[in-house]
Amino acid sequence: MFHPKKMLATFAVGLSLQCAMTGTAAADKANDTLTAAFQFQLPTFDRYYAGGREGYLLGLLVYDALVYRDPETLEFKPLLAKGWRQIDHLTLEFDLQQGVKFHNGDDFTAADVVYTINFVMNPDNKIFSPETAVWIDKVEAVGDHTVHIRAKKPTPLALNYIMQLAILPAQYHQKAGKDAFGRAPVGTGPYKVARGSGNSVIFTRNEEYFDGGGKNKPHIGKLVYKTVPDVTAQVAELMTGAVDWAYYIPTDLTERMRNNPRIKITNADTFRVGFLTMNIANNAPENSPLRDIRVRQALNYAIDRKAVATSLIGPAAQLINSACSPLQFACRQDLPAYEYNPEKARALLAEAGYPNGFDIDVYGYRSRPVAEAILGYLRAVNVRGDLKWMQYPAVVKARRDGQATIVIDDFGSSGVADAGYILSFFFNETSDDLSRDPEVSALVTRGNELLGPAERKASYGAALERISGKAYWVPLFTMPINYVFSSSVDIPVPRDENVEFWRARWK
Amino acid sequence: MASYLTRRLLIAVAVLFTISLISFLLLKLSGDLATALAGEGSNAAYVEFLRKEYGLDRPLVVQYASWLGKALTGDFGRSFYFNDSVSLLFASRLLVTLKLGVLSILLALLVALPLGVLAALREGSWVDRLVQMLALTGQAMPVFWSSYLLILLFAVNLGWLPISGADSLAHLALPACALALNALPALLRITRSGMSEALVSDYVRTARAKGLRMHSVVFKHALRNALVPLVAIAAVQFGLLLGGSVVVETIFAVDGIGYFTWQAISQNDYPVVQAAVLIVSSFYVLLTLASDLLNMWIDPRYKID
Repeated sequence: MFHPKKMLATFAVGLSLQCAMTGTAAADKANDTLTAAFQFQLPTFDRYYAGGREGYLLGLLVYDALVYRDPETLEFKPLLAKGWRQIDHLTLEFDLQQGVKFHNGDDFTAADVVYTINFVMNPDNKIFSPETAVWIDKVEAVGDHTVHIRAKKPTPLALNYIMQLAILPAQYHQKAGKDAFGRAPVGTGPYKVARGSGNSVIFTRNEEYFDGGGKNKPHIGKLVYKTVPDVTAQVAELMTGAVDWAYYIPTDLTERMRNNPRIKITNADTFRVGFLTMNIANNAPENSPLRDIRVRQALNYAIDRKAVATSLIGPAAQLINSACSPLQFACRQDLPAYEYNPEKARALLAEAGYPNGFDIDVYGYRSRPVAEAILGYLRAVNVRGDLKWMQYPAVVKARRDGQATIVIDDFGSSGVADAGYILSFFFNETSDDLSRDPEVSALVTRGNELLGPAERKASYGAALERISGKAYWVPLFTMPINYVFSSSVDIPVPRDENVEFWRARWK
Repeated sequence: MASYLTRRLLIAVAVLFTISLISFLLLKLSGDLATALAGEGSNAAYVEFLRKEYGLDRPLVVQYASWLGKALTGDFGRSFYFNDSVSLLFASRLLVTLKLGVLSILLALLVALPLGVLAALREGSWVDRLVQMLALTGQAMPVFWSSYLLILLFAVNLGWLPISGADSLAHLALPACALALNALPALLRITRSGMSEALVSDYVRTARAKGLRMHSVVFKHALRNALVPLVAIAAVQFGLLLGGSVVVETIFAVDGIGYFTWQAISQNDYPVVQAAVLIVSSFYVLLTLASDLLNMWIDPRYKID
């Protein structure tokens, strides 16, 4: 951001004083309109070309997928499919809901599912998240309301991807074409796009929304998607009551709003976890101190993760002991924790032949205060980090090219509630795998090919145990975010960032 | 005069070319564009696919030449984020930015003119010192800070004006004030010094000697002459306002080219960033050129030079 923090803080103090005095926040209950603020505009209303978190939320509002993930239990539940089963190791069979209609009145049938999946599988269509479809071999309708989706190889994460595939109305989508569909979208979802573009989009309740899926007909009739790019302006909008809901508000700003009785603040977890990666792959320097396990262990002991999490991340942050989010399936956290012990860290470094420590480049891109704190802890055990602060793409490139020896990194798993996703990304012999341990990789591959939950759990669990034992990472903490909303509205706070506006109610 | 004009035009073209080259290279230095385009959490194979797909694996010279060739025909490519023509996206946002810019410069002139004249008439008095202090404060205050102060006072505290959007004049009031505060100091100073000079000039003394009324001397004789450099400066300030609108439009959620540029930077939408730099600098260069030509018209010494 372009504003210095101190000035921002001073502004926030001003705001908090005003809020405490006036307490002006008020939701537009009289007009049954909930206004939510977001940082970025929706580039299009076509789910497959609207990336980022905002695009994901659009997908949930306007469209439905075959399955739905409960944001509290993280279990898969019916949505456009009322049931499903694995009929062989590659094929999933879905029984579709009957009587569901698209916003334009078209009936939802198996043909729409087949059309959508064929559309997203076609590389010429260049959808923004091809990983949700690349695993599919073919899709076929075996009746008006039954489809088979066949994977190229056993894919235990299949439902995690299917829940992201918004079903399109075959006839209308084909007739309208990509650009026109992006302007006038049609789905089966709980809200319809009523009007607007750019900084203000109005969604209205789909009065015909079907029962029997995990979502419900919205309680609030109108939802306004308001783009307010500046987070401080978002806070001011919340204060004046022009906005009822916002998220990703930094803790230093939320703390100053706590006195306002008309504002509710919740710090809630996400799948994102923070960690340090250490390069010991083939492209790392031969004499890198990180190649010695004692050095990697020392770095694990050197950082007071609890202090950093409490002071800089948020009250909902949890310490993690392994390379995954505790919310994810098969994520083991029962592994030995490296407690904060700088003495032990220094001893391990001395034992490894570095009694005076060493100098090393440390790359970072997300939170400068967190990076500075971590560097401070490392410096205290004589690991003198030189902070290379860059944009995310530059850090990723440096990491993949082997230049970035230590990265203060984080990963959100693209919303996939399964440890297999993060493990496959960082520990499966890809260019993001900086440990290149064949044993870990074999365990991850095995987990990826098994369909039985217990077997997968065992395989990933063994991989996580070895990663922890070899100290390939310094796992840090989960990275919760702040939700701020008007206290006159009751809106469930999800565990996976998938905000369900259709469940919001006026108090 | 023709050679002066040709020289100025050639300089303008050279400046634009240099800007396009520097912005292209800076973007390349800012990180791996294919990784940025693939988005967070994308695997290396997908990054490589995109690198080929968008021609980012070609030599830099080829990439630049190809971009420049198309840009000269008004084709800035497609936005990665909006998946639409960059030229059309800019065109649809230009009007609101121009509206905001015009409103801001008018507002700044409306304040700068009377205050500048007043300060010149009362040179050395407390009024003059107050005006100078105002100019200094305006100059020293970053535009984002004045924006926040305006929000705090007029939206949060008094509740008179909306914070974000551009639906009505009321929505544009705060961003226009913030930008006007930014443009005010230069205009205030030039009015004051122009008027001070004019007031001690021979023609003003003659006008006074003729027994003309003070009102007539100030507005008909002195101000008309003092206005000329002000118009030239206002043209340049207008260009600066378009650049400054990146910050103001982002804070006040005005859907113009400034906010569009900020969003493109945040989303690593580099065809838009590249076009934004060139388009905004073109405005600035054209306005500077216009101001040069205006000066030439006013002051014959430019023609000789």
